Amino acid sequence: MKRTPIENASSAKRITRRALFLGGSQIAFMGLLGIRMRYLQVDQADKFRLLAEENRIKDSLLAPARGLIYDRSGTVLAENEQTFRVVIRKEDSSELDAVLLKLEELIGITPEDQARVRKELKDAGPSAPVIIADRLSWEDFSTVSANGPALPGVTPEVGLSRYYPLHNDFAHLVGYVGPVSSYDISKMETVDPLYKIPKFQLGKFGVEAKLEDTLKGKAGLRRVEQNAYGRIIRELDRQEGQPGANIQLTVDHKVQNFIQARLGGESASAVVIDVETGDIIAAGSTPAFDPNLFVRGISSKDYSALLENDHRPLPAKSVQGSYPPGSTFKMVSALAALEAGEVAPDETVRCLGHVEVGGRRFHCWKRAGHGNLNLVGSLRHSCDVFYYEMAQRAGIEKIAEMGRRLGLGETYDLPLSGINSGLMPDKQWKLANRGAEWVVGDSLNAAIGQGFVLATPLQLAVMTARLATNREVIPRLVKSIDGVEQPVRGGGPLGLNENMLRSVRQGMFEVVNSNRGTAFRSRIADEAMRMAGKTGTSQVRSAVVNNNNVPWEQRDHALFVSFAPVEAPRYAVSVVVEHGGGGSSVAAPIARDIMLFALHGAVPPLEAYPSSQRGTIQERFRTLPLIDRETGADERSQA
Amino acid sequence: MSYLESTLKTVPTGIAKVLYLNWALVLLLSAVASVGFLMLYSNAGGSFQPWAEPQMKRFALGMIAMMMIAMVPIWFWRNIAGLAYIISFILLIFVEFFGHVGMGAQRWIDLGFMKLQPSELMKIALVMLLAAYYDWLPLEKVSRPLWVAIPVALILVPTFLVLKQPDLGTSILLVAGGALVMFAAGVSWIYFGAVIALFAGLVTAVFASRGTGWQLLNDYQYRRIDTFLDPSADPLGAGYHITQAKIALGSGGWTGRGFMQGTQSRLNFLPEKHTDFIFTTLAEEFGFIGAFSLLALYAGIIIFCLISAMNNRDRFGALVTIGITATFFLFFSVNMSMVMGLMPVVGVPLPLVSYGGSAMLVLLAAFGIVQSAHVHRPRSKR
Repeated sequence: MKRTPIENASSAKRITRRALFLGGSQIAFMGLLGIRMRYLQVDQADKFRLLAEENRIKDSLLAPARGLIYDRSGTVLAENEQTFRVVIRKEDSSELDAVLLKLEELIGITPEDQARVRKELKDAGPSAPVIIADRLSWEDFSTVSANGPALPGVTPEVGLSRYYPLHNDFAHLVGYVGPVSSYDISKMETVDPLYKIPKFQLGKFGVEAKLEDTLKGKAGLRRVEQNAYGRIIRELDRQEGQPGANIQLTVDHKVQNFIQARLGGESASAVVIDVETGDIIAAGSTPAFDPNLFVRGISSKDYSALLENDHRPLPAKSVQGSYPPGSTFKMVSALAALEAGEVAPDETVRCLGHVEVGGRRFHCWKRAGHGNLNLVGSLRHSCDVFYYEMAQRAGIEKIAEMGRRLGLGETYDLPLSGINSGLMPDKQWKLANRGAEWVVGDSLNAAIGQGFVLATPLQLAVMTARLATNREVIPRLVKSIDGVEQPVRGGGPLGLNENMLRSVRQGMFEVVNSNRGTAFRSRIADEAMRMAGKTGTSQVRSAVVNNNNVPWEQRDHALFVSFAPVEAPRYAVSVVVEHGGGGSSVAAPIARDIMLFALHGAVPPLEAYPSSQRGTIQERFRTLPLIDRETGADERSQA
Repeated sequence: MSYLESTLKTVPTGIAKVLYLNWALVLLLSAVASVGFLMLYSNAGGSFQPWAEPQMKRFALGMIAMMMIAMVPIWFWRNIAGLAYIISFILLIFVEFFGHVGMGAQRWIDLGFMKLQPSELMKIALVMLLAAYYDWLPLEKVSRPLWVAIPVALILVPTFLVLKQPDLGTSILLVAGGALVMFAAGVSWIYFGAVIALFAGLVTAVFASRGTGWQLLNDYQYRRIDTFLDPSADPLGAGYHITQAKIALGSGGWTGRGFMQGTQSRLNFLPEKHTDFIFTTLAEEFGFIGAFSLLALYAGIIIFCLISAMNNRDRFGALVTIGITATFFLFFSVNMSMVMGLMPVVGVPLPLVSYGGSAMLVLLAAFGIVQSAHVHRPRSKR
């Protein structure tokens, strides 16, 4: 197209005008961009800088290692094992579907787990990790780790989980931990941030629960820089937590193991304490359960099986079970009367098989009567009428006072769950709790350890230890915390008349060692280890019927308390077999085996037993499921 | 042809042409591209791979292409404007049926050595054709409705094809670029006023149509608009890009975190950190000063080009320069607006800085035409 110069000039002029306008507008718009830039980068810089930090820096708590629990010889009772798991956080879960699909392919995550993860993610906070799979095998764990790039947002984690290597043996003492629940949190006054770590384990029972604060340790802090996919680029800061304190208990795992095995399928309990220090050497309770089940979160099926078992595996019967002590209480009644000066050690009482008091007839267990008996004889034969007489002479207040001096009706400060204080009744107690006056018949029943009197196996062991030493023995369970020895409390003189106490001990000696004693069959042949004790058979029902003809839950409890060696007592042992029948036939043999095992620190040699019984004993020990059947030698594994 | 007859003798010939290039423009383009290399190097965590090195090679290639195009007389480019448009148009139709689907949109043809986006070609071809059209059209007809309808059709038909891909960003660039050439050519203000009024009406219609049977945009486009209006509503979903971009930008402050110290972009919080969102890396690492400097470089390019256009008495040369400049302006201003949360995320790269082959080559080729117009501009006989 040809144009005239005028046209060209006009075109150029117009283009120049419009170009100037365009250029002006463009520069103006760029000015606007510049202003926006300034607004974002200068005026709001602080805000965005902060957001950027939040974006890239993630703080997470480091769970400290829980303190370990050892027995007195250093054998580990509770330890931490490594567990492998994979978690995801809500803010990193934008590709959840793909991730779950990939994980299903890699390690077989079940549809149920996937549904759970989805649900938990919905409810979770943006940075709270949700566990996709826990307790992975090392192979699965390394598969997940190796496939990291294909699994955006998935973090493999190595955690610690509690493990109880001795399984059932210390279920009741050491107890167990379990995942922190919202209920646990609700009970706390101040919530340690530790408990917000997912699957953090909290002591639920036993020493684990009661010494939680000692064992748990302090949380560490880990600060990492991560990218948009939640992958950690580097660690910026790491403050290690403080592991929980290690605790050494006074218990001996071998004795405990022996007790658990020896009590077998019975609903029973046995306690061994050191008569000098009060150290609890063992406190068994059967049946037991595997605490490891609770660590992982017990299935409702397993749990209801434990709940429904009529032998009650869950409670620690050694401290939670309280039983009428029966004839094992007779030492208390005897000492009460002796101390009160109501009876002399050699004074005799005539037993006709029964006695009439307040219009009621109280029977001796031996209907024919024992004839004339002094204190030692009354213990040896476990005559009831003698103690009915003592009850009338001393009165309940004196008996109750003596009972308390010997440790009955008292709660000991031990780190155990649900400690029962038993019951040492007196007049005031009955008025306050039963709304009735104390009657003399109550005293008579109490004097033979029936009626209102209740004691736990631990209390019976303490009572026996106090009788053996005439000292205020107080049980101790924690030997040391982080190597710091815990003080032995008590041990002061009990102040009982030594002469009177000697008669009582003589009676207990004859119970076991006199051929007319109620527990003669359970004597110890080894002269150096002879045992003194007292049988007890406490009635669960009122009518006297042959034990073999009633259902299990109505049979008598079988009890036995003992200390040995008689000359220089070391251990006190109490045994309670619920609905076991007779104390002499059921409880005493168990107590002897336990005592001998404790004294030897291992399966006792057959020579300790009367020669006539060795065959049966040998057979019994052969079938016991013991962890260590070495005899005699005191070899212990050191952790 | 106008200057050929009158001024051929005064136009530099042969190798001498190189001296008459707009060297300021070459320097500015190289400076901008260098900013891109730095950012790509930083984004790769301090490595020339995988982005910086290919980008540098392509830039070198592009510069050579620019020089070669600049050496060719401007009338040649005017004469092939129609052909360029037709070829681009055919390619656009071709991708519609045979193109590869990339990033959710069907946009490119794999040529083996490079991936060609016909829409990139079309942006330049359209500017060329419109400039040629107004060079041909007698001045008095410029604002007549029929003669306005023709360029409008030339703009809208390829725009429709691009919109179908769907590529909203390029569609906007096509329409706006074309409109700016028409404006520069002197089409009456009334038309632009009417179009702006119509556009306002259309926006209303777009929003009113939402959820009805005659919905005008795709759901994802609506979501982008929603996100644009309130990015915080869905920070992990649709609003993620904008929120993260603003965080990266804002955390730069006055002077930035320093080269290679940007955390947001390098830690992958930013999507497409090497392409559409590369500006955030610059803003984060070099702060307001760095970001503003890039803006200043762009402004320099615009100013030098417009001065060249205003000094060019060849109508085609002037119009094509203004058109290309306008397209370039639209590129970076849309990209920056988008990154700074002033516009919806529409997927427009930052010109010469973003990683990407065909965009860079086509843009440098276009600047080759600007250079050709500059070199071959009519000169007074004095």
